[in-house]
Amino acid sequence: MLTNRSKVVVKKEMNFWERIYLPAIFGGVAVTIKHMFRRKTTVRFPEAKREISSVWRGQHVLKRDEKGAERCTACGLCAVACPAEAITMTAAERKKGEEGLYREEKYASVYEINMLRCIFCGLCEEACPKEAIFLTDRIVPTDFQRNDFVYGKDKLVEKVNERIDVSVRQTPAVTEFKKHKSLSHNR
Amino acid sequence: MIAFLTYKIILVLVIFTITLAVAAYSTYAERKVAAFMQDRIGPDRAGPFGIFQPLADGLKFIYKEEIIPNVSNKLLFIVGPCVAMLTALMAGVLIPWGDTVTIGGIAYSLQIADLNVGILYVFGVVSIGVYGIMIGGWSSNNKFSLLGAIRASAQMISYEIAMGLAIIALILMTGTLSLKEISLQQAGGVGSHWTMWNVVYQPLGFLIFIVCAFAECNRTPFDLPECETELVGGYHTEYSSMKLGFYLFAEYINMFVSSAVISTLYFGGFNFPFMNDLGLTQNWITILGAIALFAKVLFFVFFFMWIRWTIPRFRYDQLMNLGWKGLIPLAILNIGLTGFFTLWLGHK
Repeated sequence: MLTNRSKVVVKKEMNFWERIYLPAIFGGVAVTIKHMFRRKTTVRFPEAKREISSVWRGQHVLKRDEKGAERCTACGLCAVACPAEAITMTAAERKKGEEGLYREEKYASVYEINMLRCIFCGLCEEACPKEAIFLTDRIVPTDFQRNDFVYGKDKLVEKVNERIDVSVRQTPAVTEFKKHKSLSHNR
Repeated sequence: MIAFLTYKIILVLVIFTITLAVAAYSTYAERKVAAFMQDRIGPDRAGPFGIFQPLADGLKFIYKEEIIPNVSNKLLFIVGPCVAMLTALMAGVLIPWGDTVTIGGIAYSLQIADLNVGILYVFGVVSIGVYGIMIGGWSSNNKFSLLGAIRASAQMISYEIAMGLAIIALILMTGTLSLKEISLQQAGGVGSHWTMWNVVYQPLGFLIFIVCAFAECNRTPFDLPECETELVGGYHTEYSSMKLGFYLFAEYINMFVSSAVISTLYFGGFNFPFMNDLGLTQNWITILGAIALFAKVLFFVFFFMWIRWTIPRFRYDQLMNLGWKGLIPLAILNIGLTGFFTLWLGHK
């Protein structure tokens, strides 16, 4: 009653035309025959795939820099930002000789995202100060075991020779913002 | 005598094959029509446009494991689908597919048997058809099957009355029970003769008849005997493999036969407009007439499907109300009206 949207149900008697059903049946039949000649919405799946939105957020990627070193420094901001608490990580210190592997002195030795918990909101990407994590247009594939949905670094970090393009999702405003190296976020 | 027998056997085989083929492709058509009415494409993987889908379905039915429940009555469990299939096929015997074809001075009629009690025979066979469902449902020893079977028998018995009464009005008008004579009376149609199809004289009767035909075939909106949402599968819950296939097949054959009966009784049978003005020989008119009847039948089969994908299922009390309080009084009224007009206008 507070919203004034409650409706009082009236059990009204049907009039003659409603009782003989026929006008209603003709109406329904006209609707269905019109649908026969409509454009079909079916996508023949394995051969054709439905187009996804340009800002679609799918499976995550952990980026490497131009030289191939991992960008993530295990600061934990993504894990804090994550509303679904899907991200966990363990930090480790970079040893001598690993400069080519990790960009800064600290790196994530373990980095796991639980794809069953993840809601693909993109807040980790927003929180990341190192431009290390991005959501891509890839769809997380199905699996049989719950454990297999916890993606570790083996699945998340991009291969050195197979870089994953993440520029598709970036709006012009974001690309413009990221050009300004003086802004604290981009330093 | 030999020639007569050979001719009849060939005719029986041809009509039997056509009936089965139409029934098989009705399953395909049903899925396609359903898909198109719901903005989908439907089966299109088996062959171009999926036209081999019925073959795939048939193979699947044959190769599936056959399960006969331990608690069922084994003999009746097998008899059930046989009766359903048998009666469905038997009813098609009387359909006059055309007038006569004269080859070498001998006139061959395109009808397997022209009984002078034609319509009564159809009714008799159709009412045996309910036994297939009842036996199947009861012998399964499953409450859902039994409920389905009870619904089927109650529904078919109630709608048969209205159907019979609708036919009586038609018989009052035509004065014959033979399907062939009823067809011949409607010969000509639009053109030089101006004999109208029976539907023009019997619109109410036609309406009652087609509603009852839907109920007799257990088609939506009257498919309560097998209504999936309440009864799992209805009378064929326990059936698997080709025995289930027979039940489903029998339904489509019933649809085909009742479409043929509707076309013959109310829509001119093998007659088509302007048939006497084209200046064709009798043989050609007969062949064109058979094609015309086939087209009418296919239209009604499509109509059955069209209605199925439009109207939701009736509730059981609504079904009984419609049958006993709606259609039967209307049918009696129709008989009265027909009798009055036949007397008033003299013999039509």
